Amino acid sequence: MEFFIEVLIGGLLAGVMYSLIALGFVLIYKASGVFNFAQGAMVLFAALTFVNLVARGLPFWLAIVATLAVMALLALLVERLVLRPLANQPPMSLFMATIGLAIVIEGVGQLIWGSKAFGLDLGIRDVPFEVAGVRVSQFDLFAAAVAGTLVLVLGLFFNYAATGRALRAVADDHQAAMSIGIPLPRMWRIVWAISGAVALVAGLLWGSRLGVQFGLVVVALKALPVLILGGFTSVAGAIVGGLVIGATEKLAEIYLGRYIGGGIENWFPYVFAMLFLLVRPHGLFGERRIERV
Amino acid sequence: MLYREAGQYKTAYATDQRIFPIVQDRAAFSALMIAAFVIVPIAGNDYWFNGLLIPLLILSLATLGLNILTGYAGQISLGSAGFMGVGAFAAYNFMLRVDGMPILGSFVLAGLCAALIGVLFGLSCHRIKDFYLIVATLGSQFFIEWALTKFAWLTDYNPSGVITAQKIVILGVAFDTPVRRYLLVLTIVVLMALAAKNMMRSAFGRNCMAVRDMDVAAAVIGISVFRTKLMAFGVSSFYCGVAGALWAYAYVGTVEPQAFDLDRSLQILFMAIIGGLGSIMGSFLGAAFVMLLPIVMNVVGSAIFGHAIDASVVAHVEHIVYGVLIIWLLIVEPHGLVRLWQIGKEKLRLWPFPR
Repeated sequence: MEFFIEVLIGGLLAGVMYSLIALGFVLIYKASGVFNFAQGAMVLFAALTFVNLVARGLPFWLAIVATLAVMALLALLVERLVLRPLANQPPMSLFMATIGLAIVIEGVGQLIWGSKAFGLDLGIRDVPFEVAGVRVSQFDLFAAAVAGTLVLVLGLFFNYAATGRALRAVADDHQAAMSIGIPLPRMWRIVWAISGAVALVAGLLWGSRLGVQFGLVVVALKALPVLILGGFTSVAGAIVGGLVIGATEKLAEIYLGRYIGGGIENWFPYVFAMLFLLVRPHGLFGERRIERV
Repeated sequence: MLYREAGQYKTAYATDQRIFPIVQDRAAFSALMIAAFVIVPIAGNDYWFNGLLIPLLILSLATLGLNILTGYAGQISLGSAGFMGVGAFAAYNFMLRVDGMPILGSFVLAGLCAALIGVLFGLSCHRIKDFYLIVATLGSQFFIEWALTKFAWLTDYNPSGVITAQKIVILGVAFDTPVRRYLLVLTIVVLMALAAKNMMRSAFGRNCMAVRDMDVAAAVIGISVFRTKLMAFGVSSFYCGVAGALWAYAYVGTVEPQAFDLDRSLQILFMAIIGGLGSIMGSFLGAAFVMLLPIVMNVVGSAIFGHAIDASVVAHVEHIVYGVLIIWLLIVEPHGLVRLWQIGKEKLRLWPFPR
C-alpha cells in the first residue's frame, strides 16, 4: 500500500509538470482559437536561450528577464507574420501553420545555440525525503509549488487586471470583444507572450530534470492528452488533467507494464485520454458545443 | 486555344462519366503514363530509381491514403506513418510464416491488417472530432511504434529489432534491379490511385465529402456519419499499409520501427496539405514538393556556401527554410499546389486572349 501511495504521489507530481506545458496550450487556444503545436518547440527554445545566456555569464535573474524579452519578441513576430496573414482561415490551417512554426523555432534555436544537450542546474537538491514512510521527491514538490504559484498568478491576472479581463472577453466571444473596443491583435500578442513565459517556466523545470535537449519537444506532446482530458478551454482542466494523466501513467507503468512489457508510458496517456473522451467528448471541464446545421 | 472543351460533345453516359472528360487531358495523361512506364525506365539510372522515384511514389501512395481520410472525410490524422509500419511488418510476417505466400497477396493482407488497426483506432471518431482526434491518432502512432519495438515476435526475434524484407518474386520473375522495382511500385501506385479516384466519385466518396463539410447536416440527410468515418479510416489505413509494405520491400529492404515515427507522419501530413487536401493529384504534387525541397535546398546550399560552413548549420538552415515555406504556402495558397494547377488550366483555356 505504501508503495502504491508512493507511485501515486510521484505520478501526481510528475503530472504537475505536464500541466505546466498544457497551461501554455490552453492560454493560446482560449484567446485565439489556435491549437498551438509549437508550444513544445517554445519550451525547448526558452530553455535553450536561458541556459546559453547563463553559460555566457549572465546572472540568473537577468537571464530570466532576457529570455522573457526574447519570448515576447517571438510572440510579436508570430502575431505579425503568422496569425495576422492567416486570420479567418479555418482552424486546421492555423494548426498546420503552427507545425511549420515549430519546425522554424526548433531550427532557429539549434542554429543559434547549437544542437547538443545542455545541463541545467536550478540549485534545488533532489534528495527524496520521507513523510509517514512514503518517499517524496523534493524537486517534484518544488515543481508543484512553482506550478501552483503560476496558476495563482494567472488566476489573479485574469480576474483583476484589465488586460486579463479583456483576454477573458476575447476568449468568450471574439466579435463581442471587438465590438466593445478590445484590439484582437494586441490580445494575441499578449497571450502568446504569456504562453512564452509559461514555456520558460516549463522549460526550466523540465530542463533541469531531463537536460535541455531535443527530447523536450516530445515530452511537450504529453500535454496533449492532458489537454483533451481537461478540456481545451479550461485552466483548471489543464491542472486536473495533468494530475490524472501523471498518476495513471505511472500506475499503469508499474501495475500494467508488468504484464504487457515496459515503456508503455509513451502511449498510455494518449489511449487513456482517448477512452476517456468516448465517455465525455469534451473533456472534464471543456465547454459543451451545441451544433447546428 | 489548344486547351478547351468546345466541340467535344458527350453523347453517352459513359463519356459523361470519364475521369478525364476533355481529350487534351486524356492525351496529357497518356503521355505521362508512357513517359513513366517506357521512357523513364530506359533513360533513368539507378540513383534516380533508388534515391528519388521509388520513395517518391511510395510516399505519394501514403499521402493519397491520408488524403482520403483528411482531405475527403475531414478527419485529421497524425498516425499515417504508424499504419505504414503495420503494413511493413505485417507483410514481412505473412511472407515469413506462410509457406508459398505470393508477395502481392502479402501486400494486400498487409494493407488489410493496417486497415483493421486503423478502424480500431478510428472507433474513437464515434464521439470525438477535430483537435481531439489528433490526440487519438497520435496515440495510435505511439502505440504502434511501441508494439513494433516491444514484441520481438514481429521481427522474428531479430536482436536489433529490424526486419529484412524477403526477395520479391512474382510469377517466377525476380524484381531485384532498381528498374524492375520501380516498375512494380509504379504499377501498384497507378492502379491504387485510379481506384481511389473512382472511389471518391462513388457514393462513398460523396458521403465522405458530406461528412467533411458538415457532419450534422450529413446525418440529417441520412448518411451514416460513423460508418462513413470508419470506412474512411479503413481505406486510408489500407493505402498507408500497402505503402509501408512497399517501403520495406521495394525501397529500403531492411527497416526498423523508427522509420515510421511521428516525423514521418508529419511529413506525410505536410505532403497532403501542401499538395492540396481533397485531391488525388495533389497527393502526388505535394509528395514531390516536400521530397524534392530538401534535395534542391541541399544542392543550392552547397552551391552557394560550398563546404565553407559546417554541415549541421546548413541542415538547420534547411530546416528553417522548410518551416517558413510551409507557413508561406499556407498563407498564399491555403488550397495547395493543386489549386495553382487549376488556376493554370483556367488561364490556359482563355489563352491567348486576355482575361
